[in-house]
Amino acid sequence: MSVHTLSVLVENKPGVLARVSGLFSRRGFNIDSLAVGPTEHPEISRMTIVVNVEESPLEQVTKQLNKLIEVIKIVELDDRDAIERELVLVKVKADVETRSQVLDVVQLFKARVVDVATDAITLEVTGNSDKLADFLRVLEPFGIRELVQSGLVAIGRGGRSISERTLKPVPVPVAQALADPA
Amino acid sequence: MSEQGGAGTQVTGAQSLIKSLESAGVENIFGIPGGAILPAYDPLFDSSIRHILVRHEQGAGHAAQGYAVASGKVGVCMATSGPGATNLVTPIADAYMDSVPMVAVTGQVPAAAIGTDAFQEADIRGITMPITKHSFLVTDPADIPRTVAEAFYLASTGRPGPVLVDVAKSALQAMTTFTWPTELNLPGYRPVTRPHAKQIREATKLILEARKPVLYVGGGVIRARASKELRVLAEMTGIPVVTTLMARGAFPDSHPQHLGMPGMHGTVAAVAGLQKSDLIISLGARFDDRVTGNLDSFAPGAKVIHADIDPAEIGKNRAVDVPIVGDCREVLADLIVALQAEQDAGNTGDFEGWVAFVAGVKAQYPLGYDTPADGLAPQYVLERIGQISGPESIYCAGVGQHQMWATHYLGFENPNTWINSGGLGTMGFAVPAAMGAKVGAPDTTVWAIDGDGCFQMTNQELATCTLEGIPIKVAIINNESLGMVRQWQTLFYEGRYSNTDLHTGPARRVPDFVKLADAYGAVGLSCDNASDVDATIKKAMEINDVPVVVDFRVHRDAMVWPMVAAGTSNDEIKYARGLAPKFEEDDL
Repeated sequence: MSVHTLSVLVENKPGVLARVSGLFSRRGFNIDSLAVGPTEHPEISRMTIVVNVEESPLEQVTKQLNKLIEVIKIVELDDRDAIERELVLVKVKADVETRSQVLDVVQLFKARVVDVATDAITLEVTGNSDKLADFLRVLEPFGIRELVQSGLVAIGRGGRSISERTLKPVPVPVAQALADPA
Repeated sequence: MSEQGGAGTQVTGAQSLIKSLESAGVENIFGIPGGAILPAYDPLFDSSIRHILVRHEQGAGHAAQGYAVASGKVGVCMATSGPGATNLVTPIADAYMDSVPMVAVTGQVPAAAIGTDAFQEADIRGITMPITKHSFLVTDPADIPRTVAEAFYLASTGRPGPVLVDVAKSALQAMTTFTWPTELNLPGYRPVTRPHAKQIREATKLILEARKPVLYVGGGVIRARASKELRVLAEMTGIPVVTTLMARGAFPDSHPQHLGMPGMHGTVAAVAGLQKSDLIISLGARFDDRVTGNLDSFAPGAKVIHADIDPAEIGKNRAVDVPIVGDCREVLADLIVALQAEQDAGNTGDFEGWVAFVAGVKAQYPLGYDTPADGLAPQYVLERIGQISGPESIYCAGVGQHQMWATHYLGFENPNTWINSGGLGTMGFAVPAAMGAKVGAPDTTVWAIDGDGCFQMTNQELATCTLEGIPIKVAIINNESLGMVRQWQTLFYEGRYSNTDLHTGPARRVPDFVKLADAYGAVGLSCDNASDVDATIKKAMEINDVPVVVDFRVHRDAMVWPMVAAGTSNDEIKYARGLAPKFEEDDL
């Protein structure tokens, strides 16, 4: 098995997420992570889907996704040519004695303190999956009380945009669309 | 509706829906009204569209399928919310599996009630997401015309399939303007119909290099209306042809190059033709498990050219050497041109030894059956129906033994004359599908070949047929049991006949199909011996004002052969119980 990151441009319409996630479950593909949000075009949403599959099932995933009418474009992002980020909010046990040690970790990982209580401290950190895993491993001994993690988002390096060309409308005249094929 | 013909006129959503369906070219709808869809039935009352009131929504769906195949148009069915819509689920799934162009229009509870578990509420768009090409929920009446136009476009183009349009009652009741769109813009939908020239060149090269090629023809050739092109390609190359259950009629059964149907109940020649080939040229077929048997041992020596309009089918089950995305008619046309150019340059394939081998297998292991000492052979009944009614008739079938006997023994010469439930395997398909086919092709004789089990699932549509003047002919191949299941119990469960006896034989005869036909205003006939078969069929052929139901009381122990047991290799084919064919491999 190997991990693949797919950027999927979809029409921003109700039910699209259900279609995509339903497709994964019924075809037996495992999703490691799924993030969805708006793009620079209000009518388009972008999903970043991380799947853990072999090459040939990955081709099926892509082809099946492409069959969904509201899926406009799928690009596989290679981690060498793309910036990948996840975000973690984590609540760590920290009293007067341990707080300074936790803050050292914050420094090391360029994390941020977003809330402080007498017995705990809440941290925010972004990074790729490896960095977040390391961060959490180092925090583990202090005691993690609560953790929430976003899905991965990714964008390709360089000046090119995956959405530019895709969004040019290609209208089909209705007379042609509904022509009797016989 | 004529007074509201202009663009932008003020109408109700319901009027907009019916005007949209009219604008999409709809002539017939099969359906049943109910609370949520009720507003649409009022303008439908005055519409040019004929609405055929069925007795169960499942019947509406299968009728729309039969209509679509017989007429070449998009089939339309209509139902109300909740149970009306869920009753359409089976035909929608069936149409999805068999790529039938269909639009299902359902009423939904008012927009404000959606999500409240309102009376007769079901999330039919959600329910049908995995079994439709696309599904819409319309809550704004202004969206109705564009949605309907998109639904028909999606259903009929690319790989055809069912599209659901769920319309909230509030949208049907609200006032709106009707404007039929002039263009559609679906940024994520661009089906590829033209094959890539490079792939055609690669395919041509493989064909000429092959020594043992076979044309593996699937339902895509029927949907693409590519039978003529297929015949040209087959005859110019001499390559043997197999036609899957969905492609029966795409190539004439009488043609010497035709090896018949492959698969679990395929002919020995068709199964061997794929299994021992060195090149499979797949046209609109999808390497279904019922064709390949155990996939790992399927056609082990074959390279594969796989042409399909749906890219996701290519390489899904079997690795492919030359993938071709495109409409089968265009793929065939391009292959013909490419191969003709090669032939003109003196490059013809060398298939002589192979053609002789498969012809030998075909001659040695023809389809055949034992005539029982007492009782009627079901295969004989189908042979006689096929011969008397002829290859111009349309034959619909349910699912099971009768379906397999029908596909083998009716004798198909023309595309779109065989309408059955191939992928989903829906028992009860035949009667409503035949009803729809007869509406789509009113001048053609339409037979429903049904089993006694299948018939009891949907025979209520005989009422529709009688009242609406749809004179179909139903041949019940009555073996008093769920025959295919019984066959498996015979073969794999030591003859323990758990729950397969339907008691439609002489001892109980529940129900009496002749009386049942009579009760529905149809003509009921029966036949239980071979000497009466011709006369009975001819009598059925003479009745053209009401439906006819013939109860053919056949020998109950007849089995479907050949057979490849489920999950085993196609090499394990048996042409009768315990009898395996012997291939002279050295001849190759």
